[in-house]
Formats: sequence, C-alpha cells, structure tokens
Amino acid sequence: MASILAVDDSASMRKMVSFTLKAAGYDVEEAEDGVDALEKAQARQFDCVVTDVNMPNKDGITLIRELRALPDYKFIPMLMLTTESGIEKKQEGKAAGATGWMVKPFNPDQLLKTLLKVLG
Amino acid sequence: MSIDMSQFHQVFFEECFEGLEAMESGLLTLDMGDIDSEVINTIFRGAHSIKGGSGTFGFTVVADYTHIMETLLDEMRDGRRQVTQSAVDVLLGSVDCLREMLTAIQNEQDVDEASVAKHKAALEIELNGSASATEPAPPVALAPQDEVVAADVASEVEEEVIEDVEQGWKIAFCPYLDLLKTGNDPVRLFRELNELGELTAIANVQDVPSLSEIDPEECNISWDLKVIGDIAEAEIKEIFNWVEGDCEMDIQPLAKAKPPKKAAPTPAPIPVAAVETAEPEPAEIVAETKPKVTANVKKPAPQESDNEAKTAAKASGSIRVDTDKIDALINMVGEVVITQSMLGLVGENFTMDKVSQLKRGLAQLERHTRDLQQSVMNVRMLPISFVFSRFPRLVHDISTKLDKKIVLKLVGENTEVDKAVVELINDPLVHLIRNSLDHGIEKPAERVAAGKPETGTIELKAYHRGGHIVIEIIDDGRGLNKDKLLAKAIEKGLIEENAVLTDKQIFELIFMPGFSTAEQLTDISGRGVGMDVVRRNIQSLGGNIEIISELGKGTTIAIHLPLTLAILDGQSVAVGDETYIVPLVSIIESINITEKMLNKVAGKGETFRLRNEYLPVIRMREIFNVHSGSAAKMNEGVIVVVEGQGALCGLLVDDLLGQQQVVIKSLEANYRRVEGVSGATILGDGSVALILDVPGLVRFSVR
Repeated sequence: MASILAVDDSASMRKMVSFTLKAAGYDVEEAEDGVDALEKAQARQFDCVVTDVNMPNKDGITLIRELRALPDYKFIPMLMLTTESGIEKKQEGKAAGATGWMVKPFNPDQLLKTLLKVLG
Repeated sequence: MSIDMSQFHQVFFEECFEGLEAMESGLLTLDMGDIDSEVINTIFRGAHSIKGGSGTFGFTVVADYTHIMETLLDEMRDGRRQVTQSAVDVLLGSVDCLREMLTAIQNEQDVDEASVAKHKAALEIELNGSASATEPAPPVALAPQDEVVAADVASEVEEEVIEDVEQGWKIAFCPYLDLLKTGNDPVRLFRELNELGELTAIANVQDVPSLSEIDPEECNISWDLKVIGDIAEAEIKEIFNWVEGDCEMDIQPLAKAKPPKKAAPTPAPIPVAAVETAEPEPAEIVAETKPKVTANVKKPAPQESDNEAKTAAKASGSIRVDTDKIDALINMVGEVVITQSMLGLVGENFTMDKVSQLKRGLAQLERHTRDLQQSVMNVRMLPISFVFSRFPRLVHDISTKLDKKIVLKLVGENTEVDKAVVELINDPLVHLIRNSLDHGIEKPAERVAAGKPETGTIELKAYHRGGHIVIEIIDDGRGLNKDKLLAKAIEKGLIEENAVLTDKQIFELIFMPGFSTAEQLTDISGRGVGMDVVRRNIQSLGGNIEIISELGKGTTIAIHLPLTLAILDGQSVAVGDETYIVPLVSIIESINITEKMLNKVAGKGETFRLRNEYLPVIRMREIFNVHSGSAAKMNEGVIVVVEGQGALCGLLVDDLLGQQQVVIKSLEANYRRVEGVSGATILGDGSVALILDVPGLVRFSVR
C-alpha cells in the first residue's frame, strides 16, 4: 500500500489525518513540522506527502519547495492542508511545487477522496 | 468510511489550551513594546491552529470566533496593521474568552454567549476601526460535511448543476512543460474524468521533440478530450482545479441541453457511437452519490454518545510525559527483568555455594528497583513552568490596574516538581505575587524619589536544593517595615507590648491570622486572611516559608517544598518496640546522650546543651506513650536533632536503625489525622511505622 508522510504541528489534526489514512490501509508516518518532515522524507521514500501550511520551524510551503528539489521527490504528489483558502496561498504553494490542496476543515471522507486523486 | 472523530477531542483540547498559553505569553511580550514578527507569527499560528481544529472537529462557535482573531492577526503579521495597546488588550481578552468557551465545550456545558458576544464585538471594533459590529461576523469557510473539497468552486456549482446540464464536454488540454513537476499527472486526471463519463482522449504528439532532444521530465503532449455523460461543468473544472495555472485549457459543451427538465439524455444530438453508453452513466452517478450522503447524515449520532463516554473518562486527568522519561523507564524495566531471570537461574537447583551469587543478584535487584522507582517518580514530575507561565499575565493585569511599572523575571522554569505540588502551589504563589505587586513595589514616582529605577522588578525563581525545591519571590520594593509590623501586632493584641523579637520573628508576624498591614484594603490584596492561609497550605504540602526583607531594598519570600509527596528519604528510629520514621531532610545531626547532659528547667521541660545552645528535648516514649522494650536504657538513648519551623529541637529515641526510602501512606485516608504524625509507611517486615511530622512536633514542644 502507498506510504504517506503526514505533516502537521497540531497533534489533533495530525492524529486525525494519520488515523484516517491508516484505517484506509495506507502506511503512514507522522512529522510535526517541516524540519522533522524533511528528515523523515530523506530517511525513506514516501509515495505522497500531506502537509499543513502554517507550522513552526519550517512551514509547509518551504517544505514542499525543498522536497521538490530532491531527486526522489521530483514527481511525488504533495498536498497542502490549509485554512487559508485564499488564492494567494494556493498560488504560493503551487509555485513551490505543491500538487494540490485541501481546505480545512475537512472530514475523513474528503481526505480519502482527495488522496485518491493522486494515489492508486 | 466512518471514523469516530471524538477520539481526537481530548488531544485537541489539550492542544488548544497550550496554544492559548503560547498566545498569551506572546501577547504579553508584544505588550512590552517589543514588536517581533516571529512573536506575531506564533500568536497567529495559535489562532490558526485552533480555528483549523475546531472547524474539523465541529466546534463552529470556536471556529467563527478564531476566524476574526486570525484576520486581525494576519493584518498585523503582514504589517498592514499597527500593533496597538488596545489591540493587544482585546486579543488578551479573546484568549480568555476562548479558554472559557473551550472549557465549557470540553465539559459539555453551554457556552456563555453573552460573554462571547461581548468579546466578539470588541474584536470587530478593533478590526473595523469603528463600531460597525452589528454586521454579522464573516462566516468561516466551513465546508459542510459532504461538500466537495474546493469549497470556493463548489459553492458556485450548486446553481449551475440544475440548469446547465450538458450531455458531454470537449476539452482541449494543453499542459505546460512543467506540469509534471508539481506532482500532477495527466493520466490521473483522465482517470477521474473517466469516472464522470466515458472519456475519449486523443493525444497530440506533434510537439514532442526527437528522441535525442527529448527531456523526459517535461510534458510535451497535449490532448483533445471528450467526455460523455450528464456532467456539470463544475465537476470537470474541479478535476482540473489543481493544474489551473499549469496548462491551457478550453472546456466546451458538446451540445447544449434542452430546457432544464429533460426526460432522457438520449434525444440530444450526441455522436452516434456514444449514444449507447451515455445512458447508463448518469444512473451510475446517482447510485454512487446516494449512499454517501446517507452515510454522512448518520454520523453525528454515534459521535455524541461517544462524547459522553469521553467526558466520564476525562475526570481522571492526564499528564504529558517526555518520551525520554518513558525510554528510561522501559530501560529500567528491562534491567529488572534480566536480574529477575538471573535470580531465577540461581534459584533452580540452589546449593550453598551459590550464596554469593544470590547476594550479588539481590544487590543488583535492589539497585534496579530503586532506579525504577526513581524513573516512575520522574514520570510524575512536571516543570514548574506549568505554574509560572500564568504569572506574566497576572502581573500585566494587576500592574496596569495599579498604575505601576513592573517587570516579572522568571528563573529556573524548567525545574521539575511533582504534579501534585504543581497543582497545589498555584494559589499560594498567586497570593504572594499579588502581595508583592500591591504592597511591595512602589508607584513609579515613589521609586524615583527613593533613587530606584522607575520600573520595579519581581523575580520568580525555582531551583533544587537537597531534596527540596525552593521557590523564591524576590521584589525590589519598599521592604517590610519592622516598626510598623510590631506596632500593628501589638495593636491587634497578637504579641505583648514589651516582647523582644528577632527580625525573623517580626517578619513571621505577617503569617499570623488576622494580620494585615495594608493601610487601606484594595481588591487585589490586603484582606488579612491571606498569609496565614498561604503558610498553612504550604505546610500541608510538607514545606515551609520564610521571609527576608530589608527596608527600602525589597523582600524575598522563600518557599521550601519536598520534591514529591509520595515518597521520602527517612531515618528509622527505635522507640521501645516501635519503629518511627524521621524525614531525613529535617535531621541536622544525631548524638549519643547520657543522663547528665539533660537539664530540667523549671516550667519549661527538659533541655540539653548542644555546643552553646540549649535545645528542648522531646521524649518520644512519653509523647507516643510507648511502654514496651527495656526502659532502663531510656536515658542512654540517642538525641536526634531536628529542625522544623526554623527552630531546633532534640528527639530522644532509643536507637537509630537505618536509612531507607519510604512510601508515604496517608493516615487521614485510612484512619484519622494524628498530631505529630504526617503519615505512615509499611516496613520490609510488613509492620506499620509512623512518619513523624517534625514541624508539628516542634510546635508541640514549644507549647
């Protein structure tokens, strides 16, 4: 099954995302900010990255930009989870190399449905 | 899939409260005129996370509220808005309001709507610059449970769906070279389209360069797509939503539909080949969406019932433990298991020549058990910052109210103390700090006149000393006026008019019930019921409190507390056939004594001479009414010199037995409170030993 790296500084959101994905059979690893995520992404290859945007230490957009620069993550789908549904953030994310986005709040079904767009 | 969201609620609440605390301390730094963009960012992030979580977990009231805060903070973050004192105050108020809301929700009580509305209005005034608060709060982009992902697109869709139904679409899709580098893949888009209706894709490969020049990472192909079925334009747009900026796209209907109400899709002039397949498609879509909707509608019910279970379980309280501590614990358990199996091996076919091996094993087991105990106790330890972190706010609020300039310095916030101590020390500390703010630190003008800096300083300091944690509250205020204290005590009849007191005794007067020095009572402190309660609380934690003060320079209040309330290092002493435990921390020294070293003083009981001091003696046999054992040796016993309440005193016991850590069992819970005894413990042989309450005994001896 596809492996997913779930990045969010908020433990409750991270748990929710990770729990949902695990229940759907994905292999999920959690990271609590961009720095942690970058480290984990380099330690093993993931098939998809789902990241929050606003995080301490390293935000999601920087994370996506840095991951995209890695050969192993050049074509890997990366989704950002954001409450900032404003076009600005999306454009910024896209420019950094994000595949797509999900607007918070979302429920588990929406999350899975969105992931199906890029996985499987 | 149905996932029970309530399982994340507890984590969410904990996170919110942490976030609120971070926001509060951030706001307080801003308040001191230190505008740091990183601080604003932290505050923003707090509001942002709470909004995101509360939306996801269905707490709309909270999400709505935080949305306004977020907007305000966002403008500050981008520099579009000045950080003003009033904005900071309003935001601080909002933090309180959110805390109340979340607490209410967590306890399944009703949110106090009046208070929320009040804070919300204040926020909106701050945000809009005027009192146009009547207009409703901008609704948060809350996607209803079953709405599709991109809320902004979806909302436009609704109306179109009804009118603008088409029989099929023609799409010219021409990705830019970089499309693949965003992780998007045309194949996946096509797969999705194919789910909507029957898809025909024709690739235009004329732009693909020759093999030698080809860059495999670029997308050189464009497509003409045809998708047939009863599909709304928005559905197609949604699929291409993510690649909007990465391609050129043109979506055209294959043919216009007949008026909104169409009997069957067939009559439309669809390309012949498609007719057959076009019909079943729409039916399939309907079938697919229906169950999904019902599934979603059902969800709230189980969620609620789970909520109840959750609240019931919550009362037990939780604690956050550092993973390092848990690792250490697991490590220790591993060691114990190894030792146990080693002992097991020795025990099998035991012969006398294995005795030394057995002893070694037992010694190891003892060491490991002790380490394990330490590690377990460690789990209960929390940094004192849990308590300290509330004080910057307190100081801010009160100093504003009193028109004083005060800086609070926190030192040693990472010092760890038992969870129980953390919970119980808060109130006494609040009281002491209020006192320092109110009576200790002078008004700016008064300070300047006294040649001190205008801004007063209160330092809150925690550190370990011996088996104790010491918390000090140091202010550079006016200090305690001994003459005034004495006069007041005499006036209140607390001491004799001609009593001679040491400085220390004079300062301790303020702990006497009914003593208040404030010339006029304020709503902050000075009701005169405080300090004696503070002292009693601290003593009930097994600690003590002392004051050092210099007139005009400031006051230091030091609180000594035991590190933990569950275990103590004790000295066991024999009194007749009984064993008593004296807390090791209160023992100064132990000396052998003979009858002639004891002096009887008329009316004051017995004393003995220790170097140049005469100390009162407490005969344990008499005080605890022990008649067993050989009374003949009574006068050749041991004096254990102990300190309690700042006074020394000698306990006359028969013998010293040994030092050991004892687990404290509450006597009150199992029997009743006994004076001079703070608890009991169970000894290795199974008998019960009483733990002495040294301050209590000293008090007793003074009487």
